[in-house]
Amino acid sequence: MKNWGFKISKPRVLDFDTANLDAYNRLIEKVPSAHRCLMCGACTATCTANLHTTFNFRNCHLMFRRGQFEGLAEELDKCMLCGKCKLVCPRGVNTRAIIYNLRIVLSDLNYKKIEL
Amino acid sequence: MNTIKKHFWNEYQKEIANDNYYYERSCIRQSFFPGSETAFLKILRDELGKKIIDDQHQHTCTGIGYHSDIVQFDTTMTICARLFSLMSDNELKNFVPSCVTSFGVFTEVVETWNQFPEELEKTRKFLREATGREFKIPENIAHPSDIIYKYRKELKQKMKYQLVNHKTGKPLRVVEHTGCHYGKIFSHHAVGGAEFPQVLAGMIEEWGGEVIDYPERRHCCGFGFRQYLVMANRGYSVANTKKKFESMEEYKPDFVLTNCPGCTMFMDRWQYTIAEMEGKTYDDNGMGIPVLTYEELAGLLLGYNPWDLGLQVHQVQSESLLDKIGIAYDPADKFIGKSGKFIGIPEKPEILKVDYDG
Repeated sequence: MKNWGFKISKPRVLDFDTANLDAYNRLIEKVPSAHRCLMCGACTATCTANLHTTFNFRNCHLMFRRGQFEGLAEELDKCMLCGKCKLVCPRGVNTRAIIYNLRIVLSDLNYKKIEL
Repeated sequence: MNTIKKHFWNEYQKEIANDNYYYERSCIRQSFFPGSETAFLKILRDELGKKIIDDQHQHTCTGIGYHSDIVQFDTTMTICARLFSLMSDNELKNFVPSCVTSFGVFTEVVETWNQFPEELEKTRKFLREATGREFKIPENIAHPSDIIYKYRKELKQKMKYQLVNHKTGKPLRVVEHTGCHYGKIFSHHAVGGAEFPQVLAGMIEEWGGEVIDYPERRHCCGFGFRQYLVMANRGYSVANTKKKFESMEEYKPDFVLTNCPGCTMFMDRWQYTIAEMEGKTYDDNGMGIPVLTYEELAGLLLGYNPWDLGLQVHQVQSESLLDKIGIAYDPADKFIGKSGKFIGIPEKPEILKVDYDG
């Protein structure tokens, strides 16, 4: 196989045949405020983990809402659960609880066994 | 077609001039598909008896630079104005740009002038100061595929072949792909608008073929200028092409028909790239799906020599298609140029199969 200096980009379109949209309902049962998130990214802007790693709460939340779980558990592991994001959220979303419960839901779905 | 359908379909038609055209060549087509523009001029002059001027003083429309954000719109308008002045020199009013992106640029420029007359005056001033020239806005701008579409029935009368498998008698299954800049910028300038582009489908159906309606039919080919011109972005370009081919694969098309230089180029050449990167081809034999321009198709069906039309310089070779239609060709002449000299044989790809030994 030749190296062309670029690779074929994977599609970013939501595939409804493979997306698991039910998992988001489980999150909403635990953290009803997740519904209020408008993906503004204030959480990510203030995140200490984001300064030192690739962790991006807004992106993790969005991917989970879309039922795209690949690599998500590894990303969530980078969060220290400090809760600064919760303090800056303009919609009062309990972001810290979202991360905590996302880990549980993904663990239940066997995406990764996480020590909680 | 019933009356109501006819009434609504009229809204999707455009005016295409009957005769006396000024032809503006594409920057890239003569290198990628060297027989297409010559075939178009031959069809118009010899088959249809039309007057079309192929001016030696013409130049780029700036389309590639404009859509890559390196040429300003003021410059583009002035350069287009110079082309219009060349048309005026020839006392013609009907402008025919060979390239779909040029077509998009010219329609955008004229639409801008119509909506913002001060821009027109500014362009007249720029052109006067730079060249001392004056120009008139064309009365009609039509893409060459519009003209072939308009005269598809007349051409059918002269055709030696049809889009039918001559062994089975079944219509060939064809994917049509119209360039984005043909109907997605100003839909009222496209036959069928942006929703139902009929320009290529009309030719295919008239000439005996069957149009495949596949899920990603209206998706971009992937050229997109910015996506391709920067190497780091080419993954997005090829991803678009891959998406289209994955979508059309199960319908087993006999070939792809396009009306845009970029689409023909990328849907043809990316098949080689995808094969080399992922070992995947989208036909049963590993030879790829041939991609033709509408001029090449019209020329083939009219009985022109496939090698005069330049089919040998396509990445995906077309012999399988010629055999299906029953078109006679001489394999020995494939790499003999118009001058009678041997033009060389391209290197053989590792994955994509070709029927020559390079």
